[in-house]
Amino acid sequence: MTRKEIIGLILVPVAFIILAFLPSLPNSANLLSLAIPIAMFTVLATSWAIFSGPTHYISLATAAFYGVGAYTMATWLDVLPYPVILLIAAVIGAVFAAVVGFATLRLSGVYFVIFTLGLAEMTRQVFVWYQNNFGGTRGHYVFTDITEAQIYWQLLALGLLVYLVGWWIGRSRLGFAIRIIGADELVARHSGIHTARSKVLLFMVSGAFAAVVGVVMAPRFVYIEPAMAFNPQLSFLVAIMALLGGIHRLWGPLMGAIPFALVWEFIASNFPAQTILLMGIAFLVVVYYIPNGVAGVVEGWYHKLKAAGGEKHG
Amino acid sequence: MNRTFLTKTLGIAALATGLALGGASALAQENTIRIGAVAPKTGPLAGGAAVTFWPNVELWQHEVNARGGLLLSDGNRHRIEIIEYDDRTDPSETIRSVQRLANNDRADFILAPYSTGLALASAPIFDRLGYPMINVSAITDQVPTMVNRYDGVFFTLGQTTPIAQGVARLMAELREQGQVGNRVALVNVADAFGIELANAARGIFEAEGFELVYTTSYPPTIQDVSPIINSAMAANPDIFVAFSYPPDTFALTEQAQVQGMEVDAFYTAVATNFPAYVNRFGDSINGNFGVGGVNPDDPSFLEYERKHIEVTGSSPDFWASAYTYASFEVLEQAIEGVGSLDRAAVTEYIKNNTFDTVMGEWRFEDQHIKNYWTVGQWQNGRFYGIGSTEGMPGAATPIMGQ
Repeated sequence: MTRKEIIGLILVPVAFIILAFLPSLPNSANLLSLAIPIAMFTVLATSWAIFSGPTHYISLATAAFYGVGAYTMATWLDVLPYPVILLIAAVIGAVFAAVVGFATLRLSGVYFVIFTLGLAEMTRQVFVWYQNNFGGTRGHYVFTDITEAQIYWQLLALGLLVYLVGWWIGRSRLGFAIRIIGADELVARHSGIHTARSKVLLFMVSGAFAAVVGVVMAPRFVYIEPAMAFNPQLSFLVAIMALLGGIHRLWGPLMGAIPFALVWEFIASNFPAQTILLMGIAFLVVVYYIPNGVAGVVEGWYHKLKAAGGEKHG
Repeated sequence: MNRTFLTKTLGIAALATGLALGGASALAQENTIRIGAVAPKTGPLAGGAAVTFWPNVELWQHEVNARGGLLLSDGNRHRIEIIEYDDRTDPSETIRSVQRLANNDRADFILAPYSTGLALASAPIFDRLGYPMINVSAITDQVPTMVNRYDGVFFTLGQTTPIAQGVARLMAELREQGQVGNRVALVNVADAFGIELANAARGIFEAEGFELVYTTSYPPTIQDVSPIINSAMAANPDIFVAFSYPPDTFALTEQAQVQGMEVDAFYTAVATNFPAYVNRFGDSINGNFGVGGVNPDDPSFLEYERKHIEVTGSSPDFWASAYTYASFEVLEQAIEGVGSLDRAAVTEYIKNNTFDTVMGEWRFEDQHIKNYWTVGQWQNGRFYGIGSTEGMPGAATPIMGQ
């Protein structure tokens, strides 16, 4: 472990502990309704980037895993204790990702993108079919006493976990293998790397996180229906935020989720009738002027600063 | 007249106007009642909200302000100001907008969001912020659970099971009179609402001894409904019942006409009572049954309909529109009854008083209206309520043999 890593390992949890006090601030309800989407998208985008960053496989399946998580919650809420549901959702998400991964990760590029987009829609149809034939008269309701603050804390904890997992993968053999695959899959295979297994393992990690986020968020929506649980917009937003932030660094998606949410908030509260139009323009501007993502810009500043400092000393 | 003089005069005039306007708006700010409205303007439910929700907001604001505003106990009339947000049919955004309305815009009251999903998602936040919430387009069987948990949440349009059972009960009555046969084709759109309705109706049809000759479901994205109509016709039904959504309500009706389906009773669900339905099909849908209803001959409905067309330029639908307006009237009368903007007092007032609305007299029992329309029928270009849970006044007699 390098000195930089040790500092990171201390600083990151400290930052999370400080963030955990947000709900005790005055007027916290207002802050929370902004902080919860930011935290949710940070977890989703970071776990998305753990897989899609090094492999360059753009997955639009986030909504499929998220929806499966939400339905896991709605189905078992009355039967099982909450922590068990979290675990089950993680397992279901991972298994689902494994099944899908083994079938599809042989596809590359645009074929994979289209398949994952279709996956969310297919999963949704399966749930509808099930509900239609075996579901009975009731829709899915999630009545719990879980508060907004508790949802926020859970998302923070997930955020910390996703950073730990991401950091651990980055320095493991798996992470090394996956970087080689990302650079050149053929070379990786010839070097004796089990490419399919490596890719599936990472896909499982991101699937499990998305499913758990679905469980955590479900109490907020009370009424779960397929159109909302499997909303394809979620998949796109996650990919956009991760790309906006930059996927070559673990903290990149965070740099995407925060400005995205703040700009969105500014536009939504000032131009409620033109939100999507202005958001589209904002996104075009971003892609045009900062193609490497916010993380790239921040790193550029950092290097400049370092260079300037170095000159002074030298 | 030289140029300097002109510039100066104009400048002073502009300044004066500015001051006057500034003063007026400051004055208005102090006296207006701020009402928040959040519903879809984009996304899948934008179409429904554009018929049922937004025009009523416009009409209500117009009507109240035309009277000078709401009369409070300070003896003054206070105009209402509407602050609108688009939630893009995303429950997360609905929650956020309600927060924004309460904390940033300091709204005095917030109108209940449109649609079951968005309303139920935002009920906890209304409750925590202490705002009364008078729901209309939230149709759920979970009303008892909701009112148990949330003190200021009210329901008006009905619950899923009674609404679905309305058509089944009506058919049982018509069969007793020898108006319809025994064979039922029952189809539904495979989405949450359609599934719930179809399951509830199936139970009643079976219990009443109807023969279900054909049942199927179809995806919400269906393009071609002719196979459904074909199969239904092959089963030779006397009654055709479809728990459908707006696009397929239109498609099924059209296809049944094209293929010449002949049944004793033809029923479609959501949007059957929309003005667009009769505009499209004209006299040919005379006698068709649909979900919900109003009493379109009632003088207060006629008056409401006239104003709706006059102010918004469009016709109200024959069900949820009038209920939506009635829910705003409840809020209006409760605020005037209390005489202040005290939200807790307004909530209590809604619970304990009777309201005179466009839908007749309303009194909430356990925070919901128990008597509501479940099934109606097109009769000569107007959609009449026929069946209701506890017998609505002015129920029409079904016309048969069309």
